[in-house]
Amino acid sequence: MSLGHDAGRLPAAYLSAGSSSFTDFIGAHAPHLLPSRRPLPAGGAFEAPHGTTIVSATFAGGVVMAGDRRATMGNIIANRDMEKVFAADEYSAVGIAGTAGIAIELVKLFQVELEHYEKIEGALLSLEGKANRLASMIRANLGMAMQGLSVVPLFAGYDLDRSQGRIFSYDVTGGCYEERDHHSVGSGSLFARGALKKLWRPSLPVEQAVSVAVEAIYDAADDDSATGGPDVGRRIWPSVAVVDDAGVRFLPDDELRAVVEQVIDGRQGNPGGAR
Amino acid sequence: MTSMPFYVSPEQLMKDRADFARKGIARGRSVVVLGYDRGIAFVAENPSRALHKVSEIYDRIAFAAVGKYNEFENLRVAGVRYADLRGYSYDRIDVTARGLANAYAQTLGAVFTQESKPYEVEIVVAEVGAGPDDDQIYRLTYDGSVADEHGFVAMGGAGEQIESALKERWRPGMSLADALSLAVELLGKDPAGGANRSLTPTQLEVAVLDRERPRRTFRRLGGTLLTALLNSEDPTRDAPTVDETAPGHHDTLTGETPRDAATNPQTQNPRTDEGPRG
Repeated sequence: MSLGHDAGRLPAAYLSAGSSSFTDFIGAHAPHLLPSRRPLPAGGAFEAPHGTTIVSATFAGGVVMAGDRRATMGNIIANRDMEKVFAADEYSAVGIAGTAGIAIELVKLFQVELEHYEKIEGALLSLEGKANRLASMIRANLGMAMQGLSVVPLFAGYDLDRSQGRIFSYDVTGGCYEERDHHSVGSGSLFARGALKKLWRPSLPVEQAVSVAVEAIYDAADDDSATGGPDVGRRIWPSVAVVDDAGVRFLPDDELRAVVEQVIDGRQGNPGGAR
Repeated sequence: MTSMPFYVSPEQLMKDRADFARKGIARGRSVVVLGYDRGIAFVAENPSRALHKVSEIYDRIAFAAVGKYNEFENLRVAGVRYADLRGYSYDRIDVTARGLANAYAQTLGAVFTQESKPYEVEIVVAEVGAGPDDDQIYRLTYDGSVADEHGFVAMGGAGEQIESALKERWRPGMSLADALSLAVELLGKDPAGGANRSLTPTQLEVAVLDRERPRRTFRRLGGTLLTALLNSEDPTRDAPTVDETAPGHHDTLTGETPRDAATNPQTQNPRTDEGPRG
């Protein structure tokens, strides 16, 4: 096909009125960029790096989210300092478990989706609106999930209308469930949930909520081989995000080291940890 | 019968279209875009808080327009889609004003020659650089012509008069307060030679691309901050580089709930800034 006299002109899809959704726009204009629209070869399971444990817990005035740093591929540690907790926008964070490559692509798409809406509409999406957008992206990924490439995120944010932190969990079919108080996803989540149940209290101050989240990650790493605990030798700490009315912030390494050292000290001669 | 009754020469056809577009643009109020020491400022006379003439396109790129609202709004949305798609498929630093200005130029040019009516708009695409010499300001007109402007642009009904005054009075390295006061004074001049109006902050839409900010550099200015910047007796000469503490959408700096720079979440997050942000 030869280039016509309007080569270089923005295609009609750019100029069409209506949608404020970036995903809808690229779904119509450049579907190959959507992770869920890629054809997969039939059959044949293969190994791809997996991300593991994410925990989230509310506190007085917000919510914390923490993730371990390990990615595994079968019995191999694929990556020891991977980030699995991301700021989705100014007031929400998303943590990922499942096939790392697809999960990170989904998070990237989700971040652009939220910023795109903000710029086109000049307003922030409601927290439920954000949670539902993420659900529709997970739903679109069902075909991949059925071939073993599933992604299960955990979404936490500060609700500006209710002035509180809220947590949303997902299943592979795109089901979105609001969780009360605390939740965990990923291979170590069974152990992390046990720890959260015993340690979490209503209206914790933020410092204690952070330490509860780190304890839960520690317990998950203790009993799940795919979850990485704090690596003192390499100075790799779990990533911890705090979301409150000031927005999302990630704890810097020196603050994290203090929390982790406290947790490790508390376990000397007492492997069950805080109670 | 739909046959052409008369022969119309191409020159005449283009001239008629250009006159038509120019008339439409001249009816609107003007917009001034001008550089200052720390970025690029946008000043429009616009009493509406919701229908914007100045908008964010991407991290360091903004858009300003005069003319028919539905037409430039259409171009603005197309620009945001272009920038976000490019940033998503390459990287955030690969989104440039030059690329966007080219796409707009092709689009406006094609509409001008092929569609039944040209767009009655004039737009500016500006990108703030690391220093004042790296700032880029592109002006695009209804027929798709592009001009690479230095320092300032004025568009709309009184555009030419404002621009000739800016040639005399604009200097590189002006403070934000001086640049805004100059733009507001010139916007208040009557092009027909009548009495000058003094525009109040509520009649103005003001925004900046602030080169000192990380990531998204576009912020609107309003409230007591804008009043202070426009008041020559007030010591405020510049906008803060951190957002305010009031929870909510931080697209506007009002000066009403200032925040200590050390607690700004946007700058306190060096690690995730390297994350997979589109």
